Amino acid sequence: MPSKKLDLIMGPLKKITHNCHKATFLIEKKLIGRITLREHVELRIHLFGCSVCRIYLKQTKKISEMVRQMFHSSVNADKHLDDGFKKELQDRIEDELNKN
Amino acid sequence: MTDKIQRLDPHHWVDAHADYLYSYAIARINDEEQAKDLVQETFLAALQRVDKFEGKSSERTWLTAILKYKIIDVYRKKSSGLVNADVQRAEQDQSDFFNPEDGHWTSERAPREFGIDDYDPVENKEFNSILQKCLQKLPALWLSVFTMKHMDDESTEVICSELKVTQSNFWVIIHRAKLNLRACLQKNWI
Repeated sequence: MPSKKLDLIMGPLKKITHNCHKATFLIEKKLIGRITLREHVELRIHLFGCSVCRIYLKQTKKISEMVRQMFHSSVNADKHLDDGFKKELQDRIEDELNKN
Repeated sequence: MTDKIQRLDPHHWVDAHADYLYSYAIARINDEEQAKDLVQETFLAALQRVDKFEGKSSERTWLTAILKYKIIDVYRKKSSGLVNADVQRAEQDQSDFFNPEDGHWTSERAPREFGIDDYDPVENKEFNSILQKCLQKLPALWLSVFTMKHMDDESTEVICSELKVTQSNFWVIIHRAKLNLRACLQKNWI
């Protein structure tokens, strides 16, 4: 990771301790990816002093969990196509097979 | 060739896989008509390439991979057209999350406890419909990125290359999508 880019995102340490925008960005990045050691430390410092972002962290984790659960329950929901559509579809496949 | 077709057995495709593929598509695009079309397109596309089936995966896995590719195509199309206006609106919505000068939460938008923590989603379908509505409010591109990540655990690299977003945009999108989603839930919580 080029440090120049990092500095651009992070700015100096004292900024993160006051910056909820950046802290929530790091929270999201950490949830599904990786943050650097330095970012990790900065985030911890921020969270130590910021009760609003602590609430955010708790809620955003829960939301990810709920979203995953909802997605997976909808995958397993077993939606059914109506029989008419299915018959047409299989007929169409048979037509294609007969062409060859 | 004959051998491979026997292994694939298109004569039973609809019976064996249509409902599964339909559920798979619905979960990812939330549009019944479009899902039906995609199932049909998947079978037809699969027929065109039965000779490419190597027998390394199951018939269902192979068909699902074709469908998945078509879904990503839908995402791509949805996110190109109107996306700019969409993104602008959503960005404006969230520009007042933080104070532009110091990055603090603004007092109106700061997260507060609203009873989400000990919530069991399995217990309540009503909640899922709120969640679904809040997801649908996200701009198409954000929703696509979000769905690929949270439903299929797709790698960041794959999502970026399929949807043509840069890595840094990817993180910005994930961040903004989540900020908006959380705010929407707090606002509409029952």
